Amino acid sequence: MKRVYAKEEVCAGCKLCEVHCIVAHSKYPNDIVKAFKTGVRPVSRVIVEENRPVSFALQCRHCEDAPCTKACITGAMHRDPETGIVTNEEARCVGCWTCILACPFGAITRDETGKKVASKCDLCSSNDGVPACVAHCPNEALVFEERK
Amino acid sequence: MNYVIIGNSAAAVGAVEGIRQVDSKGRITVISDEPYHTYSRPLISYWLAGKVAEDKMIYRDRNFYEVNSVTPVLGVRAEKINFKSKKVKLADGTDVPFEKLLIATGGKPIVPPMTGLNKKGVYSFLKFDDVKEIEKAVSAGSKKAVVIGAGLIGLKAAEALAKLGVEVTVVELADRVLPAILDEHAASMVQEYLEKYGLKFELNNTVAKILGKSSVSGVALQSGAEIACDMLVVAIGVQPNTDLVKDTDVRVNRGIVVNEKMETSAAGVYAAGDVSEGFDIVYGTSRVLPLLPNAYLQGEVAGRNMAGAETVFAGGLAMNAIGFGDLPMLTAGIIKPDSDEFEVLVQADPETKSYRKAVLRNGCIVGYICLNRVDRAGILTGLIKDKVDVSGFKDRLLSLDFGYIDFPEEFRKSRLGGGAA
Repeated sequence: MKRVYAKEEVCAGCKLCEVHCIVAHSKYPNDIVKAFKTGVRPVSRVIVEENRPVSFALQCRHCEDAPCTKACITGAMHRDPETGIVTNEEARCVGCWTCILACPFGAITRDETGKKVASKCDLCSSNDGVPACVAHCPNEALVFEERK
Repeated sequence: MNYVIIGNSAAAVGAVEGIRQVDSKGRITVISDEPYHTYSRPLISYWLAGKVAEDKMIYRDRNFYEVNSVTPVLGVRAEKINFKSKKVKLADGTDVPFEKLLIATGGKPIVPPMTGLNKKGVYSFLKFDDVKEIEKAVSAGSKKAVVIGAGLIGLKAAEALAKLGVEVTVVELADRVLPAILDEHAASMVQEYLEKYGLKFELNNTVAKILGKSSVSGVALQSGAEIACDMLVVAIGVQPNTDLVKDTDVRVNRGIVVNEKMETSAAGVYAAGDVSEGFDIVYGTSRVLPLLPNAYLQGEVAGRNMAGAETVFAGGLAMNAIGFGDLPMLTAGIIKPDSDEFEVLVQADPETKSYRKAVLRNGCIVGYICLNRVDRAGILTGLIKDKVDVSGFKDRLLSLDFGYIDFPEEFRKSRLGGGAA
Protein backbone atom coordinates (compact mmCIF):
# COMPACT_ATOMS: atom_id res chain seq x y z
CA MET A 1 0.00 0.00 0.00
CA LYS A 2 1.00 3.63 -0.37
CA ARG A 3 2.42 5.17 2.80
CA VAL A 4 3.92 8.52 3.73
CA TYR A 5 7.71 8.57 3.99
CA ALA A 6 9.92 11.37 5.23
CA LYS A 7 13.13 12.50 3.57
CA GLU A 8 14.94 13.97 6.52
CA GLU A 9 17.76 15.37 4.36
CA VAL A 10 15.38 17.96 2.92
CA CYS A 11 13.03 18.51 5.86
CA ALA A 12 13.38 22.09 7.06
CA GLY A 13 11.44 21.47 10.25
CA CYS A 14 8.88 24.13 9.30
CA LYS A 15 5.97 22.07 10.69
CA LEU A 16 3.66 23.04 7.85
CA CYS A 17 2.70 19.37 7.73
CA GLU A 18 1.31 19.73 11.25
CA VAL A 19 -0.56 22.88 10.26
CA HIS A 20 -2.15 21.28 7.21
CA CYS A 21 -2.93 18.08 9.09
CA ILE A 22 -4.88 20.18 11.58
CA VAL A 23 -6.70 21.98 8.79
CA ALA A 24 -7.51 18.79 6.89
CA HIS A 25 -9.04 17.23 10.00
CA SER A 26 -10.93 20.34 11.08
CA LYS A 27 -14.49 21.24 10.20
CA TYR A 28 -13.09 23.63 7.59
CA PRO A 29 -10.65 21.62 5.49
CA ASN A 30 -10.59 24.34 2.84
CA ASP A 31 -10.18 27.35 5.11
CA ILE A 32 -7.04 27.56 7.18
CA VAL A 33 -8.18 30.67 9.07
CA LYS A 34 -11.52 29.20 10.09
CA ALA A 35 -9.85 25.89 10.89
CA PHE A 36 -7.57 27.58 13.39
CA LYS A 37 -9.85 30.26 14.70
CA THR A 38 -13.30 28.68 14.88
CA GLY A 39 -14.24 26.39 17.74
CA VAL A 40 -11.87 23.76 19.01
CA ARG A 41 -8.68 23.27 17.04
CA PRO A 42 -8.01 19.59 16.27
CA VAL A 43 -4.71 18.02 17.28
CA SER A 44 -2.11 17.27 14.65
CA ARG A 45 -1.82 13.62 13.66
CA VAL A 46 1.68 14.08 12.33
CA ILE A 47 4.59 14.79 14.66
CA VAL A 48 7.68 16.73 13.61
CA GLU A 49 10.74 15.51 15.47
CA GLU A 50 13.65 17.88 15.56
CA ASN A 51 17.18 18.10 16.83
CA ARG A 52 18.74 20.67 14.58
CA PRO A 53 19.87 20.26 11.91
CA VAL A 54 18.01 16.94 11.73
CA SER A 55 14.23 16.94 11.48
CA PHE A 56 11.53 14.79 10.00
CA ALA A 57 7.80 14.22 10.18
CA LEU A 58 6.45 11.00 11.58
CA GLN A 59 2.93 9.61 11.38
CA CYS A 60 1.20 6.24 11.63
CA ARG A 61 3.00 3.62 9.53
CA HIS A 62 -0.25 1.73 8.91
CA CYS A 63 1.48 -1.50 9.92
CA GLU A 64 0.30 -4.67 8.26
CA ASP A 65 0.37 -6.42 11.63
CA ALA A 66 -0.69 -3.32 13.54
CA PRO A 67 -0.07 -3.72 17.29
CA CYS A 68 -2.58 -0.96 18.12
CA THR A 69 -5.49 -2.82 16.53
CA LYS A 70 -4.66 -5.97 18.45
CA ALA A 71 -4.18 -4.18 21.75
CA CYS A 72 -7.32 -2.03 21.51
CA ILE A 73 -9.69 -2.95 24.32
CA THR A 74 -12.84 -1.76 22.58
CA GLY A 75 -12.27 -2.81 18.99
CA ALA A 76 -12.38 0.83 17.91
CA MET A 77 -8.91 0.70 16.37
CA HIS A 78 -9.09 -1.34 13.21
CA ARG A 79 -7.38 -1.94 9.91
CA ASP A 80 -9.41 -1.83 6.74
CA PRO A 81 -8.80 -5.20 5.07
CA GLU A 82 -9.22 -3.64 1.61
CA THR A 83 -7.14 -0.47 1.87
CA GLY A 84 -4.81 -1.39 4.73
CA ILE A 85 -5.53 1.94 6.39
CA VAL A 86 -5.60 1.83 10.19
CA THR A 87 -8.27 4.08 11.66
CA ASN A 88 -9.86 4.66 15.02
CA GLU A 89 -13.63 4.60 15.28
CA GLU A 90 -13.80 7.47 17.70
CA ALA A 91 -17.38 6.79 18.80
CA ARG A 92 -16.23 3.51 20.33
CA CYS A 93 -12.89 4.77 21.68
CA VAL A 94 -12.79 5.42 25.43
CA GLY A 95 -9.37 7.08 25.56
CA CYS A 96 -7.71 4.35 27.64
CA TRP A 97 -4.42 4.85 25.73
CA THR A 98 -3.65 1.16 25.33
CA CYS A 99 -2.87 1.94 21.70
CA ILE A 100 -0.31 4.53 22.81
CA LEU A 101 1.22 1.83 25.00
CA ALA A 102 1.38 -0.52 22.02
CA CYS A 103 2.46 1.69 19.10
CA PRO A 104 6.23 1.29 18.57
CA PHE A 105 6.32 4.47 16.49
CA GLY A 106 4.71 6.74 19.05
CA ALA A 107 2.37 7.78 16.27
CA ILE A 108 -0.90 7.93 18.20
CA THR A 109 -1.77 11.10 20.07
CA ARG A 110 -4.22 11.88 22.84
CA ASP A 111 -7.06 14.09 21.70
CA GLU A 112 -8.71 15.59 24.74
CA THR A 113 -10.33 18.51 22.98
CA GLY A 114 -13.70 16.83 23.42
CA LYS A 115 -14.45 13.31 24.57
CA LYS A 116 -11.08 11.62 25.15
CA VAL A 117 -10.11 9.73 21.99
CA ALA A 118 -6.98 8.39 20.37
CA SER A 119 -6.09 10.40 17.31
CA LYS A 120 -3.97 9.21 14.44
CA CYS A 121 -3.14 9.60 10.78
CA ASP A 122 -5.85 8.25 8.50
CA LEU A 123 -3.90 9.05 5.32
CA CYS A 124 -6.61 11.66 4.75
CA SER A 125 -8.79 8.75 3.69
CA SER A 126 -11.93 10.84 3.57
CA ASN A 127 -10.62 12.43 0.40
CA ASP A 128 -9.12 10.31 -2.32
CA GLY A 129 -5.98 12.20 -3.14
CA VAL A 130 -2.62 12.71 -1.52
CA PRO A 131 -2.50 13.24 2.26
CA ALA A 132 -2.51 16.92 3.26
CA CYS A 133 0.92 16.76 4.92
CA VAL A 134 2.48 15.48 1.71
CA ALA A 135 0.58 17.85 -0.55
CA HIS A 136 1.62 20.92 1.43
CA CYS A 137 5.24 20.12 2.22
CA PRO A 138 7.21 22.97 0.62
CA ASN A 139 10.33 20.87 0.18
CA GLU A 140 8.95 17.53 -0.91
CA ALA A 141 10.33 16.13 2.30
CA LEU A 142 7.29 13.91 2.49
CA VAL A 143 6.40 11.45 -0.23
CA PHE A 144 3.38 9.23 -0.66
CA GLU A 145 4.41 6.01 -2.34
CA GLU A 146 4.51 2.25 -2.30
CA ARG A 147 7.65 0.63 -0.94
CA LYS A 148 8.59 -2.98 -0.26
CA MET B 1 -12.13 -28.41 9.04
CA ASN B 2 -14.39 -28.16 12.05
CA TYR B 3 -13.24 -25.67 14.68
CA VAL B 4 -14.74 -25.23 18.11
CA ILE B 5 -13.82 -22.36 20.40
CA ILE B 6 -14.87 -22.35 24.05
CA GLY B 7 -14.99 -18.73 25.12
CA ASN B 8 -16.17 -15.55 23.41
CA SER B 9 -13.81 -12.85 24.59
CA ALA B 10 -10.56 -11.40 23.23
CA ALA B 11 -8.70 -14.70 22.73
CA ALA B 12 -11.72 -16.27 21.03
CA VAL B 13 -12.15 -13.28 18.72
CA GLY B 14 -8.42 -13.36 17.94
CA ALA B 15 -8.77 -17.05 17.09
CA VAL B 16 -11.74 -16.49 14.78
CA GLU B 17 -9.81 -13.78 12.95
CA GLY B 18 -6.66 -15.93 12.91
CA ILE B 19 -8.53 -18.91 11.45
CA ARG B 20 -10.17 -16.76 8.81
CA GLN B 21 -6.81 -15.33 7.71
CA VAL B 22 -5.99 -18.87 6.61
CA ASP B 23 -9.21 -20.80 6.09
CA SER B 24 -12.28 -19.01 4.79
CA LYS B 25 -14.48 -22.12 4.63
CA GLY B 26 -14.03 -24.24 7.77
CA ARG B 27 -16.88 -24.43 10.23
CA ILE B 28 -16.36 -22.37 13.41
CA THR B 29 -18.51 -22.74 16.52
CA VAL B 30 -18.07 -20.35 19.44
CA ILE B 31 -19.46 -21.52 22.78
CA SER B 32 -19.94 -19.26 25.79
CA ASP B 33 -21.95 -19.45 28.97
CA GLU B 34 -22.50 -15.71 28.71
CA PRO B 35 -25.44 -14.68 26.52
CA TYR B 36 -23.75 -11.61 25.04
CA HIS B 37 -22.20 -10.68 21.73
CA THR B 38 -18.41 -10.24 21.89
CA TYR B 39 -18.04 -7.60 24.54
CA SER B 40 -15.00 -5.95 26.03
CA ARG B 41 -14.38 -7.09 29.59
CA PRO B 42 -12.24 -4.03 30.46
CA LEU B 43 -15.22 -1.85 29.59
CA ILE B 44 -17.42 -3.13 32.42
CA SER B 45 -16.13 -0.44 34.78
CA TYR B 46 -16.83 2.19 32.11
CA TRP B 47 -20.35 0.85 31.73
CA LEU B 48 -20.92 0.92 35.49
CA ALA B 49 -19.67 4.50 35.65
CA GLY B 50 -22.09 5.42 32.89
CA LYS B 51 -19.31 6.31 30.46
CA VAL B 52 -20.14 3.65 27.87
CA ALA B 53 -23.61 2.55 26.83
CA GLU B 54 -24.46 -1.13 26.48
CA ASP B 55 -24.51 -0.99 22.68
CA LYS B 56 -20.94 0.33 22.69
CA MET B 57 -19.72 -2.57 24.82
CA ILE B 58 -19.29 -4.84 21.81
CA TYR B 59 -15.71 -5.73 20.95
CA ARG B 60 -16.50 -6.47 17.31
CA ASP B 61 -19.20 -5.27 14.94
CA ARG B 62 -22.73 -6.66 15.27
CA ASN B 63 -22.27 -8.67 12.07
CA PHE B 64 -19.03 -10.26 13.31
CA TYR B 65 -20.45 -13.79 13.47
CA GLU B 66 -22.12 -13.55 10.05
CA VAL B 67 -19.13 -11.99 8.32
CA ASN B 68 -16.85 -14.68 9.71
CA SER B 69 -19.37 -17.51 9.27
CA VAL B 70 -19.32 -18.35 12.95
CA THR B 71 -22.06 -20.32 14.68
CA PRO B 72 -22.39 -18.69 18.09
CA VAL B 73 -23.73 -20.89 20.86
CA LEU B 74 -24.24 -18.32 23.58
CA GLY B 75 -25.70 -18.61 27.04
CA VAL B 76 -24.88 -22.32 27.22
CA ARG B 77 -22.06 -23.66 29.34
CA ALA B 78 -19.57 -26.19 27.99
CA GLU B 79 -19.62 -28.89 30.65
CA LYS B 80 -17.09 -31.43 29.55
CA ILE B 81 -14.61 -32.16 26.81
CA ASN B 82 -14.36 -35.71 25.56
CA PHE B 83 -10.91 -35.80 24.02
CA LYS B 84 -11.27 -39.34 22.67
CA SER B 85 -14.48 -38.88 20.75
CA LYS B 86 -13.61 -35.18 20.15
CA LYS B 87 -16.80 -33.70 21.44
CA VAL B 88 -17.73 -30.87 23.75
CA LYS B 89 -20.72 -31.63 25.95
CA LEU B 90 -22.95 -28.65 26.64
CA ALA B 91 -25.08 -28.05 29.72
CA ASP B 92 -28.22 -28.59 27.64
CA GLY B 93 -27.05 -32.09 26.73
CA THR B 94 -25.92 -31.32 23.17
CA ASP B 95 -22.65 -32.74 21.91
CA VAL B 96 -20.58 -30.43 19.70
CA PRO B 97 -18.01 -32.38 17.66
CA PHE B 98 -14.67 -30.77 16.83
CA GLU B 99 -11.51 -31.46 14.88
CA LYS B 100 -9.56 -28.54 16.34
CA LEU B 101 -10.48 -27.10 19.70
CA LEU B 102 -9.51 -23.85 21.38
CA ILE B 103 -9.94 -23.44 25.11
CA ALA B 104 -10.32 -19.72 25.73
CA THR B 105 -12.26 -19.85 28.95
CA GLY B 106 -10.44 -16.88 30.43
CA GLY B 107 -10.04 -16.28 34.11
CA LYS B 108 -12.17 -16.57 37.19
CA PRO B 109 -12.03 -14.33 40.21
CA ILE B 110 -9.60 -15.15 42.98
CA VAL B 111 -11.72 -15.38 46.11
CA PRO B 112 -9.77 -16.17 49.27
CA PRO B 113 -11.55 -18.11 51.97
CA MET B 114 -13.49 -15.71 54.21
CA THR B 115 -16.36 -16.30 56.55
CA GLY B 116 -19.59 -14.95 55.15
CA LEU B 117 -18.93 -15.11 51.41
CA ASN B 118 -22.43 -16.44 50.80
CA LYS B 119 -24.13 -13.30 52.08
CA LYS B 120 -26.15 -11.07 49.81
CA GLY B 121 -24.14 -8.08 48.67
CA VAL B 122 -20.87 -9.85 47.78
CA TYR B 123 -19.81 -9.31 44.18
CA SER B 124 -17.03 -10.13 41.74
CA PHE B 125 -15.87 -7.67 39.10
CA LEU B 126 -15.05 -9.60 35.99
CA LYS B 127 -18.05 -10.10 33.75
CA PHE B 128 -20.85 -7.94 32.40
CA ASP B 129 -23.37 -9.66 34.69
CA ASP B 130 -21.24 -8.76 37.72
CA VAL B 131 -21.58 -5.03 37.07
CA LYS B 132 -25.24 -5.40 36.17
CA GLU B 133 -25.80 -6.89 39.62
CA ILE B 134 -23.76 -4.12 41.23
CA GLU B 135 -25.67 -1.46 39.32
CA LYS B 136 -28.96 -2.95 40.53
CA ALA B 137 -27.77 -2.85 44.12
CA VAL B 138 -26.66 0.77 43.82
CA SER B 139 -29.98 1.72 42.22
CA ALA B 140 -31.74 -0.03 45.06
CA GLY B 141 -29.93 2.17 47.54
CA SER B 142 -26.55 0.66 48.41
CA LYS B 143 -24.41 3.51 49.66
CA LYS B 144 -21.23 2.10 51.13
CA ALA B 145 -18.86 -0.35 49.50
CA VAL B 146 -15.69 -2.12 50.47
CA VAL B 147 -13.50 -3.22 47.59
CA ILE B 148 -10.89 -5.89 48.28
CA GLY B 149 -7.87 -5.33 46.07
CA ALA B 150 -6.18 -2.14 44.92
CA GLY B 151 -5.04 -3.66 41.64
CA LEU B 152 -6.32 -2.72 38.20
CA ILE B 153 -9.72 -4.32 38.67
CA GLY B 154 -10.23 -3.11 42.22
CA LEU B 155 -9.36 0.49 41.51
CA LYS B 156 -11.48 0.67 38.37
CA ALA B 157 -14.36 -0.82 40.35
CA ALA B 158 -13.80 1.68 43.16
CA GLU B 159 -13.62 4.60 40.74
CA ALA B 160 -16.87 3.61 39.04
CA LEU B 161 -18.67 3.11 42.35
CA ALA B 162 -17.44 6.48 43.62
CA LYS B 163 -18.75 8.05 40.44
CA LEU B 164 -22.18 6.61 41.28
CA GLY B 165 -22.03 8.33 44.65
CA VAL B 166 -21.09 5.27 46.67
CA GLU B 167 -18.68 5.73 49.57
CA VAL B 168 -15.79 3.39 48.86
CA THR B 169 -13.01 1.93 50.99
CA VAL B 170 -10.35 -0.11 49.22
CA VAL B 171 -8.60 -2.78 51.25
CA GLU B 172 -5.24 -3.98 49.96
CA LEU B 173 -2.86 -6.55 51.36
CA ALA B 174 0.22 -4.91 49.84
CA ASP B 175 1.78 -1.69 51.11
CA ARG B 176 0.62 0.36 48.12
CA VAL B 177 -1.97 0.70 45.38
CA LEU B 178 -1.41 -1.03 42.04
CA PRO B 179 1.48 -3.02 43.51
CA ALA B 180 2.00 -5.10 40.36
CA ILE B 181 2.54 -2.16 38.06
CA LEU B 182 3.75 0.77 40.18
CA ASP B 183 6.65 1.40 42.55
CA GLU B 184 6.19 3.14 45.91
CA HIS B 185 6.69 6.62 44.54
CA ALA B 186 4.21 6.34 41.68
CA ALA B 187 1.74 4.46 43.88
CA SER B 188 1.72 7.20 46.49
CA MET B 189 1.02 9.80 43.79
CA VAL B 190 -1.89 7.74 42.48
CA GLN B 191 -3.22 7.09 45.98
CA GLU B 192 -3.11 10.77 46.81
CA TYR B 193 -5.01 11.54 43.62
CA LEU B 194 -7.66 8.93 44.39
CA GLU B 195 -8.05 10.13 47.96
CA LYS B 196 -8.84 13.59 46.65
CA TYR B 197 -11.41 11.85 44.50
CA GLY B 198 -13.00 10.54 47.69
CA LEU B 199 -11.67 6.98 47.91
CA LYS B 200 -10.41 5.65 51.23
CA PHE B 201 -7.64 3.11 51.57
CA GLU B 202 -6.71 0.41 54.06
CA LEU B 203 -3.27 -0.83 53.02
CA ASN B 204 -1.30 -3.70 54.58
CA ASN B 205 -4.65 -5.07 55.54
CA THR B 206 -7.31 -7.49 54.42
CA VAL B 207 -10.84 -8.57 55.17
CA ALA B 208 -10.93 -11.31 57.78
CA LYS B 209 -14.66 -11.69 58.12
CA ILE B 210 -17.79 -10.53 56.37
CA LEU B 211 -20.36 -9.26 58.82
CA GLY B 212 -24.15 -9.29 58.60
CA LYS B 213 -27.02 -11.76 58.81
CA SER B 214 -28.17 -12.72 55.34
CA SER B 215 -26.86 -9.51 53.76
CA VAL B 216 -23.50 -7.80 54.12
CA SER B 217 -23.54 -5.15 56.82
CA GLY B 218 -19.81 -4.63 57.14
CA VAL B 219 -16.40 -6.26 57.22
CA ALA B 220 -13.94 -7.01 59.98
CA LEU B 221 -10.38 -6.34 58.93
CA GLN B 222 -7.32 -8.33 59.87
CA SER B 223 -6.17 -5.31 61.87
CA GLY B 224 -9.26 -5.65 64.02
CA ALA B 225 -11.06 -2.59 62.68
CA GLU B 226 -14.56 -2.86 61.29
CA ILE B 227 -16.02 -1.00 58.34
CA ALA B 228 -19.75 -0.77 57.80
CA CYS B 229 -20.85 -1.38 54.22
CA ASP B 230 -23.71 -2.81 52.23
CA MET B 231 -21.61 -4.04 49.32
CA LEU B 232 -18.40 -6.02 49.15
CA VAL B 233 -16.58 -6.26 45.84
CA VAL B 234 -13.93 -8.98 45.70
CA ALA B 235 -11.46 -7.72 43.12
CA ILE B 236 -8.20 -9.36 44.07
CA GLY B 237 -7.46 -10.61 40.61
CA VAL B 238 -8.06 -13.50 38.26
CA GLN B 239 -6.79 -17.02 38.04
CA PRO B 240 -6.93 -19.27 34.98
CA ASN B 241 -10.34 -20.85 34.58
CA THR B 242 -9.03 -24.37 33.98
CA ASP B 243 -12.04 -26.26 35.40
CA LEU B 244 -12.87 -27.86 32.05
CA VAL B 245 -9.52 -29.61 31.75
CA LYS B 246 -9.17 -30.73 35.34
CA ASP B 247 -7.94 -34.35 35.48
CA THR B 248 -7.60 -34.64 31.72
CA ASP B 249 -4.68 -35.08 29.33
CA VAL B 250 -4.30 -31.32 29.08
CA ARG B 251 -1.33 -30.32 31.19
CA VAL B 252 -1.95 -27.48 33.61
CA ASN B 253 0.70 -25.61 35.51
CA ARG B 254 -0.73 -22.39 36.85
CA GLY B 255 -2.50 -21.92 33.56
CA ILE B 256 -2.85 -24.38 30.70
CA VAL B 257 0.62 -25.23 29.41
CA VAL B 258 1.07 -24.51 25.71
CA ASN B 259 3.91 -24.67 23.21
CA GLU B 260 4.96 -21.74 21.02
CA LYS B 261 2.06 -22.52 18.68
CA MET B 262 -0.39 -22.28 21.60
CA GLU B 263 -1.08 -26.00 21.37
CA THR B 264 -1.68 -27.87 24.62
CA SER B 265 -0.35 -31.30 25.55
CA ALA B 266 -3.43 -32.80 23.87
CA ALA B 267 -3.03 -32.95 20.08
CA GLY B 268 -5.33 -30.63 18.19
CA VAL B 269 -6.34 -28.81 21.36
CA TYR B 270 -5.16 -25.24 21.80
CA ALA B 271 -5.44 -22.69 24.59
CA ALA B 272 -5.09 -18.91 24.61
CA GLY B 273 -5.74 -15.89 26.75
CA ASP B 274 -6.15 -15.67 30.51
CA VAL B 275 -6.62 -19.44 30.85
CA SER B 276 -3.23 -20.27 29.39
CA GLU B 277 0.39 -19.57 30.02
CA GLY B 278 2.56 -17.99 27.40
CA PHE B 279 6.11 -16.88 26.90
CA ASP B 280 7.00 -13.62 28.63
CA ILE B 281 9.85 -11.98 26.73
CA VAL B 282 10.98 -9.89 29.69
CA TYR B 283 11.04 -12.65 32.28
CA GLY B 284 12.24 -15.21 29.73
CA THR B 285 9.83 -17.82 31.00
CA SER B 286 6.25 -18.95 30.50
CA ARG B 287 3.62 -17.50 32.76
CA VAL B 288 0.02 -16.35 32.83
CA LEU B 289 -0.39 -12.82 31.48
CA PRO B 290 -4.04 -11.93 31.99
CA LEU B 291 -4.23 -8.91 29.70
CA LEU B 292 -6.51 -8.23 26.80
CA PRO B 293 -3.83 -7.43 24.17
CA ASN B 294 -1.99 -10.60 25.10
CA ALA B 295 -5.18 -12.66 24.91
CA TYR B 296 -5.98 -11.36 21.44
CA LEU B 297 -2.48 -12.07 20.13
CA GLN B 298 -2.38 -15.56 21.60
CA GLY B 299 -5.82 -16.28 20.20
CA GLU B 300 -4.79 -15.10 16.75
CA VAL B 301 -1.68 -17.31 16.80
CA ALA B 302 -3.74 -20.28 18.00
CA GLY B 303 -6.29 -19.69 15.26
CA ARG B 304 -3.68 -19.57 12.52
CA ASN B 305 -2.09 -22.78 13.74
CA MET B 306 -5.45 -24.50 14.07
CA ALA B 307 -6.04 -23.65 10.43
CA GLY B 308 -2.66 -25.07 9.43
CA ALA B 309 -0.52 -21.97 8.99
CA GLU B 310 2.46 -22.55 11.26
CA THR B 311 2.80 -19.42 13.39
CA VAL B 312 4.89 -18.84 16.48
CA PHE B 313 3.76 -16.70 19.41
CA ALA B 314 6.54 -14.16 19.68
CA GLY B 315 5.89 -13.75 23.38
CA GLY B 316 4.16 -11.12 25.40
CA LEU B 317 4.91 -8.88 28.30
CA ALA B 318 3.01 -7.28 31.13
CA MET B 319 1.76 -3.94 29.88
CA ASN B 320 -1.00 -1.81 31.23
CA ALA B 321 -2.78 1.39 30.38
CA ILE B 322 -4.91 2.71 33.18
CA GLY B 323 -6.12 6.10 34.18
CA PHE B 324 -8.27 7.83 36.75
CA GLY B 325 -9.86 11.15 35.90
CA ASP B 326 -7.11 13.16 34.28
CA LEU B 327 -4.29 11.00 35.64
CA PRO B 328 -3.18 8.50 33.00
CA MET B 329 -0.41 5.94 33.40
CA LEU B 330 1.28 3.44 31.13
CA THR B 331 3.54 0.73 32.46
CA ALA B 332 5.31 -2.29 31.03
CA GLY B 333 7.65 -5.10 32.00
CA ILE B 334 9.76 -5.07 35.16
CA ILE B 335 9.06 -1.90 37.12
CA LYS B 336 10.55 -2.71 40.48
CA PRO B 337 13.75 -4.73 40.02
CA ASP B 338 15.03 -6.70 42.96
CA SER B 339 18.70 -7.14 42.14
CA ASP B 340 21.69 -5.04 41.13
CA GLU B 341 21.90 -6.48 37.62
CA PHE B 342 19.36 -3.79 36.75
CA GLU B 343 19.94 -0.11 36.15
CA VAL B 344 17.16 2.28 37.10
CA LEU B 345 16.60 5.69 35.52
CA VAL B 346 14.07 8.11 36.98
CA GLN B 347 12.81 11.49 35.89
CA ALA B 348 10.27 13.16 38.13
CA ASP B 349 8.74 16.59 37.94
CA PRO B 350 6.59 17.40 40.96
CA GLU B 351 5.16 20.46 39.26
CA THR B 352 3.56 18.61 36.36
CA LYS B 353 3.10 15.49 38.53
CA SER B 354 5.11 13.64 35.92
CA TYR B 355 6.98 10.53 36.98
CA ARG B 356 8.90 8.43 34.51
CA LYS B 357 11.07 5.48 35.28
CA ALA B 358 12.94 3.05 33.06
CA VAL B 359 14.52 -0.24 34.10
CA LEU B 360 17.49 -1.50 32.08
CA ARG B 361 19.29 -4.83 32.01
CA ASN B 362 22.42 -5.46 29.93
CA GLY B 363 21.89 -2.24 28.01
CA CYS B 364 18.30 -3.06 27.08
CA ILE B 365 15.17 -1.56 28.54
CA VAL B 366 13.04 -4.20 30.29
CA GLY B 367 10.38 -2.07 31.91
CA TYR B 368 9.01 1.41 32.50
CA ILE B 369 6.48 3.53 34.30
CA CYS B 370 5.06 6.68 32.71
CA LEU B 371 2.75 8.50 35.05
CA ASN B 372 0.85 11.57 33.91
CA ARG B 373 3.12 12.14 30.91
CA VAL B 374 2.41 9.14 28.72
CA ASP B 375 2.75 10.37 25.16
CA ARG B 376 4.72 8.12 22.83
CA ALA B 377 5.45 5.58 25.57
CA GLY B 378 4.88 2.84 23.00
CA ILE B 379 8.30 3.61 21.58
CA LEU B 380 9.69 2.25 24.86
CA THR B 381 7.44 -0.82 24.60
CA GLY B 382 8.84 -1.39 21.11
CA LEU B 383 12.41 -1.14 22.37
CA ILE B 384 11.63 -3.73 25.06
CA LYS B 385 10.03 -6.12 22.59
CA ASP B 386 12.84 -5.83 20.06
CA LYS B 387 15.55 -6.01 22.75
CA VAL B 388 17.28 -2.96 21.32
CA ASP B 389 20.54 -1.90 22.98
CA VAL B 390 19.70 1.58 24.22
CA SER B 391 23.06 2.32 25.89
CA GLY B 392 23.89 4.98 23.30
CA PHE B 393 20.81 7.08 24.02
CA LYS B 394 19.65 5.95 27.44
CA ASP B 395 19.96 9.49 28.86
CA ARG B 396 17.20 10.53 26.48
CA LEU B 397 14.77 7.66 27.14
CA LEU B 398 12.73 9.51 29.74
CA SER B 399 12.73 12.95 28.18
CA LEU B 400 9.27 14.20 27.36
CA ASP B 401 10.35 14.74 23.75
CA PHE B 402 12.12 11.40 23.38
CA GLY B 403 11.56 10.00 19.93
CA TYR B 404 13.01 8.47 16.82
CA ILE B 405 15.25 11.54 16.55
CA ASP B 406 17.28 10.03 19.40
CA PHE B 407 17.89 6.75 17.60
CA PRO B 408 21.11 6.25 15.64
CA GLU B 409 20.47 7.44 12.08
CA GLU B 410 20.76 4.08 10.38
CA PHE B 411 18.46 2.38 12.86
CA ARG B 412 15.90 5.17 12.54
CA LYS B 413 15.93 5.04 8.76
CA SER B 414 15.56 1.28 8.71
CA ARG B 415 12.56 1.63 10.99
CA LEU B 416 10.86 4.47 9.15
CA GLY B 417 11.86 3.83 5.56
CA GLY B 418 10.48 0.40 4.80
CA GLY B 419 7.06 -1.08 4.27
CA ALA B 420 6.34 -0.90 8.03
CA ALA B 421 5.90 -3.74 10.49
